[in-house]
Amino acid sequence: MAALVVLLLALACTGGLYTLFAPTDKAKADETAQSLAIDEGKKLYAVGCASCHGTGGQGTTDGPSLVGVGAAAVDFQVGTGRMPAQQPGAQVPKKKVIYTQAEIDQLAAYIASLGAGPNVPTDAQYGPEGADIAKGGELFRTNCAQCHNFTGKGGALTHGKFAPDLEGVSPKHIYEAMQTGPQNMPSFPDTTLSEQNKKDIIAYLDAVNGDDTESPGGLELGGLGPVSEGLFAWIFGLGALIAVAVWVAARTAKAKKS
Amino acid sequence: MSSQDIPEENLPAEQGHAHGAVGVADEKNPFADPGLPPHEHRVQDIDERAAKRSERAVAMLFVLSMLATVAFIVAYVAIPHDKSIYVFPIGHINALNFALGLTLGTALFSIGAGAVHWARTLMSDEEIADERHAIEAPPEVKAKVMADFKQGAKESALGRRKLIRNTMFGALALFPLSGVMLLRDLGPLPGTKLRHTLWSKGKLLVNMNTNQPLRPSDVAVGSLTFAKPEGLEEHDHEFQTEIAKAALMIVRIQPDDIKDKRELEWSHEGIVAYSKICTHVGCPISLYEQQTHHVLCPCHQSTFDLSDGARVIFGPAGHALPQLRIGVNDEGYLEALGDFDEPVGPAFWERG
Amino acid sequence: MSTESTSKDSRSREKAPAGERVADWADGRLGIYSLAKANMRKIFPDHWSFMLGEICLYSFIIIILTGVYLTLFFHPSMNEVEYHGSYVPLQGQLMSEAFNSTMHISFDVRGGLLIRQIHHWAALIFLAGMFVHMMRVFFTGAFRKPREVNWLFGFLLFVLGMFTGFTGYSLPDDLLSGTGVRFMEGAVLSVPIVGTYLSFFLFGGEFPGGDFVARFYSIHVLLLPGIMLGLVVGHLILVFYHKHTQFAGPGRTNKNVVGMPLLPVYMAKAGGFFFLVFGVIAAISAIASINPIWAMGPYRPDQVSTGAQPDWYMGFSEGLIRVMPGWEINFWGHTLVLGVFIPLVIFPLVLVAIAVYPFIESWVTGDKREHHILDRPRNVPTRTAFGVAWITWYMVLLIGGGNDLWATHFHLSINAITWFVRIAFFVAPVIAFIITKRICLGLQRRDKDKVLHGRESGIIKRLPHGEFIEVHEPLSQDALHTLTAHEQYKPAEIGPTVDENGVERKVKGSEKLRAKLSEAYYGEESQIPKPTVEEYKEITSGHGHH
Repeated sequence: MAALVVLLLALACTGGLYTLFAPTDKAKADETAQSLAIDEGKKLYAVGCASCHGTGGQGTTDGPSLVGVGAAAVDFQVGTGRMPAQQPGAQVPKKKVIYTQAEIDQLAAYIASLGAGPNVPTDAQYGPEGADIAKGGELFRTNCAQCHNFTGKGGALTHGKFAPDLEGVSPKHIYEAMQTGPQNMPSFPDTTLSEQNKKDIIAYLDAVNGDDTESPGGLELGGLGPVSEGLFAWIFGLGALIAVAVWVAARTAKAKKS
Repeated sequence: MSSQDIPEENLPAEQGHAHGAVGVADEKNPFADPGLPPHEHRVQDIDERAAKRSERAVAMLFVLSMLATVAFIVAYVAIPHDKSIYVFPIGHINALNFALGLTLGTALFSIGAGAVHWARTLMSDEEIADERHAIEAPPEVKAKVMADFKQGAKESALGRRKLIRNTMFGALALFPLSGVMLLRDLGPLPGTKLRHTLWSKGKLLVNMNTNQPLRPSDVAVGSLTFAKPEGLEEHDHEFQTEIAKAALMIVRIQPDDIKDKRELEWSHEGIVAYSKICTHVGCPISLYEQQTHHVLCPCHQSTFDLSDGARVIFGPAGHALPQLRIGVNDEGYLEALGDFDEPVGPAFWERG
Repeated sequence: MSTESTSKDSRSREKAPAGERVADWADGRLGIYSLAKANMRKIFPDHWSFMLGEICLYSFIIIILTGVYLTLFFHPSMNEVEYHGSYVPLQGQLMSEAFNSTMHISFDVRGGLLIRQIHHWAALIFLAGMFVHMMRVFFTGAFRKPREVNWLFGFLLFVLGMFTGFTGYSLPDDLLSGTGVRFMEGAVLSVPIVGTYLSFFLFGGEFPGGDFVARFYSIHVLLLPGIMLGLVVGHLILVFYHKHTQFAGPGRTNKNVVGMPLLPVYMAKAGGFFFLVFGVIAAISAIASINPIWAMGPYRPDQVSTGAQPDWYMGFSEGLIRVMPGWEINFWGHTLVLGVFIPLVIFPLVLVAIAVYPFIESWVTGDKREHHILDRPRNVPTRTAFGVAWITWYMVLLIGGGNDLWATHFHLSINAITWFVRIAFFVAPVIAFIITKRICLGLQRRDKDKVLHGRESGIIKRLPHGEFIEVHEPLSQDALHTLTAHEQYKPAEIGPTVDENGVERKVKGSEKLRAKLSEAYYGEESQIPKPTVEEYKEITSGHGHH
């Protein structure tokens, strides 16, 4: 009970503070643009999303409620092509994106208007400036590697679900995924994994799983560890040596009898 | 049971004898061993030019090896150890490793290839038959050995002087015990160490990421957080050993979704704290699926249901993850209400 | 006598070339001439499969050479240090000295990474080579008398190789290997009664403590390789002493060995092969990364990555532990951790199953003679089927050990794979046994057909009355001999149970068992009688008609 009172009080305070300090003119212009976007988003939503998530985003048996998931969740789900989902399965995989970024923003604005949730992060939040790669590595191993593998190559979960490979996923989407916890991934809100922490993790991923990440020793073999190394040792290592052994032991061609 | 009982005629006739004498395939035995086929010459045996070609090939391989060794030394000296190059289709790799490996590989492989080519084309390839000799000693030898042994045994009087024999065996059997004793100090006795962790009443739950104590409002439904006991720092001498037992996994579940009564009692507003150490063999288990509340171990796939007392629902783990009883202190921080009430991590004989 | 002979000696010594004088010197002290007399022109048969053992020997030598180099830089200590080497993503991270020095070898010692990779690749290939070599020996029956002891030596080398590999893999103290060591702790803890004590003695207290790297180090570089070196030498001495086996063929009998002499051909081929093996492994280490510890990070007991697997040779034990149901029994204040302990017990049994096979077979056959002619696998269907069943068993467990990667790469459910392995563990070897035996019998029939009716020539002939036939060419005498050279046992019978005086003899259980096994091995169902001379003559006298 006490906690609830404290929470309400805090909310009231921040709201009051916001109105005090918010620049009024700019806010007005923004507001109109915002309400336009919400309207557009509502239309898109009615066509593409309402059948599963309900007409007001309240959710149905086919899709969860979207009230309070925030713009970041929409940007991630639609921006990676996961939504709209195509077929039922253990997990909704990433697909070709079918909405433009503008449409996604409108959808996001609409969903955000249904209930407060995390916003789409800005470049300053996920950009590389001021990131500590090594700290990011430590955080990644504590929070992420258990599902996504040491360098984000992905891994298996129960009953056909999986943690996807993080190669080629944009920093923004990684940030949003941590923030919102899509599907079965838990969320890592700023309260437990700070903005700086997230930035560090993204910088680490870029360093170890980027396009020009160096693999000093040579072929990475999928970065999957001993299983792929073992296969390689058998097929190419022992395979090559047996091929050589066949040559060493083979009879030399005899001169043709004329 | 000895194999004498198998009648001799059940054993097949010995190879090399079954078909009679070597060399003659007559009317009587078409399967007879025709003996070693006559030696056929290789091109190199009859054509000196072909032999010369082989010689040059071998020499070329040896020269290639020398060049590769020189290249190895040049690469070692010339290429900076942190230089990265792009090699298709391998990717971005360390230039020095690539250069050294290939030159060393070439130098060695060429020596081998040269020697083998030499052997295959220029050395005689006539097959030779070598006789085998029985490994078993002939009966005379065996008899001599047995006699010698008996003589020696008799002279030692070991069989007769039983006192000597028995005490000697006793001494020989006992002395290795000192070696076993010496192993005692490899480690301390277990005592109750496996039963206790750093957690105790009033210890705050410190977020592993931010190193700040956690408040209930920090932990959202569907989120996953890892915590350590207040006061344990990464630089501490005992950090590794302590975190191996104390690591904590914190999730928040809607209280209505919590099926286990005790779990709900030990939680704080749906925030539950479970040991991160798998009860199977101790991997840090933390593959949390927020919709199903299942947590999977990446090592051996034990699956626990965090909404039902962390009961095992799949895999090789034998019992549920231990839960830590938590509450909130006066300052609004999450705190432990005591240590785990059972040992964390893998089961052991004394666990009970 | 003395003066004359010495003066003669000294005179010949002056004249002899330097090499000969050195040899004389050595002979006077070591008796090398007698040794060389027996061995210099020793005969080795040529067959690629006889070189599998050499792959193992050479990779073992490569491992020792590179291992010695690595010890010059590696610090087997678990003291915590901060990383300040060249690899950026680990800057300032806390890690043990073991990990730190391995990073140093990989990034700051020129060629260090190459040697590390050669060491590790060679280790994987060493174990893979031993596995294939062992299977070659198994399927050709080369383990039979007089080579049973050498079979055991080889088997021990394989097992010791596994543990040497495991301890070596744990030394860098990275997150992956640390997880493996943690597993080992859990496995030791599961041992009834003494498990907890063993674990505390192994780790010098609680896991991970600060001791295990140093302890594993002396086991990895001294204890196990020392024993292995001794066994390798013994293995080779026995190979020399027994002389090599050979496949049946014209001129090849159980009493001889046909091939090329050690000097010069075999020396060049075997010596050359060492360089070939080394060259191939060096090239692999130039192009393929192995155990990139920098990507895994230093070990922390509260961190883990998915895809936590041991090197391939421990994969089958990983499979055992992954698919075992979680049985645990609590009684009188004690816990019996069957979910871990049963796999721990089955683990050696999987290996022992193949190791004891030669002794079982020799008991069943009752054959006490020496065998130097190799079997073709098809001619010993029961043994071949057993071997294939064992490999199937092993492979099923390997699948279990990598179930998570199977799941992600083939879009399967990890739970479904685990259940598949649980069932296949019991079923797959039986199916493999039956199928292999069928195939072997089919091949035997084909051989018999070839001997009796000749080889299919591919020429189709039309007979005057319109029938088409394929002309069969009779086999050469070489081929006829080779295809009929194998031994065939008759099933052992229990023998008369009543002696001539009418007194009944008790038949022992073991005797009955052996008769049954013998029937299973050599009964009508289990081998095709090889063609006899009479059959051959009867058919060939029909002349031309197939």
